[in-house]
Amino acid sequence: MSLDILNQEPFRFLLSVGVILFLVLNLAAVFTMAERKVSAYIQLRYGPNRVGPRGLLQPAADVFKLFTKENLSPGRADIWIFLAAPIAMFIPAALVWLVVPFAPNAVVADLNVAIVFFIAVTSIGALGLIMAGYGSRSSFSLLGALRGAAQMISYEVPLILSLLGVIMLSGSLSLVDVVEAQSGGFWHWYFLPQLPMFVVFYISGLAEARRVPFDLPEGESEIVGGFMVEYSGMTWGLIQAAEFASMGLISAITVTLFLGGWQPPFEFLDLGNFNWIWFGLKTALLVFTFQWIRWSVPRLRMDQLMDLGWKVLVPVCLVWLFVTAGLMLLLPSVF
Amino acid sequence: MVLAILQGGSQEIGYGALYLYVGLFLLIVVGFVATTLAIARLIAPSRQSSKMKRMNYETGEMTVTDPWRPFPVRYYVFALLFLIFDVEAAFLYPWAVVYRDLGLYGFVEMVIFVLILGIGLAYAWKKGALKWV
Repeated sequence: MSLDILNQEPFRFLLSVGVILFLVLNLAAVFTMAERKVSAYIQLRYGPNRVGPRGLLQPAADVFKLFTKENLSPGRADIWIFLAAPIAMFIPAALVWLVVPFAPNAVVADLNVAIVFFIAVTSIGALGLIMAGYGSRSSFSLLGALRGAAQMISYEVPLILSLLGVIMLSGSLSLVDVVEAQSGGFWHWYFLPQLPMFVVFYISGLAEARRVPFDLPEGESEIVGGFMVEYSGMTWGLIQAAEFASMGLISAITVTLFLGGWQPPFEFLDLGNFNWIWFGLKTALLVFTFQWIRWSVPRLRMDQLMDLGWKVLVPVCLVWLFVTAGLMLLLPSVF
Repeated sequence: MVLAILQGGSQEIGYGALYLYVGLFLLIVVGFVATTLAIARLIAPSRQSSKMKRMNYETGEMTVTDPWRPFPVRYYVFALLFLIFDVEAAFLYPWAVVYRDLGLYGFVEMVIFVLILGIGLAYAWKKGALKWV
């Protein structure tokens, strides 16, 4: 059968790369649409509804528009850093999908250090942010980039520490093993024994994806776009695509680590190879909560942001690390 | 069919090959984004440029200062703190993977290790290093 040839290694890899790129770009497009629609319905408006049936072709129109817009760059800008920044921001949004298990056995590269890989690659996003702000050589951009750098490295710490509980319980750094350790109904998912860690990871994930209430680097109502104020046309479009794709990525990783990945909530709902439907549903639900929070919570101030990260989230992580370790020692049969 | 391709399974291929894949994918992504930018450059109009047009956007004000100048030391303090906790995590991760086999010995070791770091955090807190001014 022709499918067997496709399963051979080089072909399988090339096709999966195609699938992932397709997925990332379409996610970005779908999320821009979802963002606007959800925002609109929360504010009792219709949102985009002119292009195509119910406005569904709006993202295609947006991409076409961005392609035909002039690419401006400030005269003083460091043009190579300025142009490399969208690339650097796009890398983490796309690369981490390699290690995410979509369904049983469906993962492009089952690295045994997938969690470390996720953390390492996500930090490239902060680099892209600084490149964008510094390369523009503009006051608003640099301010946004500095804030963003401080925010992203501060929230990287609780993000890293909150994963320790999951690693201890599953005894593995591979995302495939983590998902398999959560089989057998939703009461086996790690968000229950690791509830404080889950909340910390969710909040730090919001900060890493620079979503409201952590959108200080962008701060459109005070520094009018922050690090991306000088971007226009497709360079701006790519930064936006990377932001929306990383929002989906953070949701997918949260689902994989704490909400059972592709595992169905009850065992009788097991769909076999079609368990990716569960994965998709949970990810979509989390993305929706991200958009919901955007219209419910005001932006934090810089000192509040730092206080929340260092004085609340990090101590919570350390305490719950002790609790998990102690409980695993005392009740080895339960955990 | 897409699923069948992903399910081909990467278990039978060697470990080095997996990282080769990651590197290859990295190159493909960089190439893809760079190509998009290049295509945009070809399609997009580039009208006559002028000094005013290439000025920085500062909500209509004239730019008076160069933003490339020293910025507050506050940022470096947080970078240092981040470094400490990042290295801590690098030590804790291998410990967490094998914690189940370590038992009480591993627990006590970790308590000592994290307590020392906790004291460090408390010290930084007390000294006001965590205060954003």
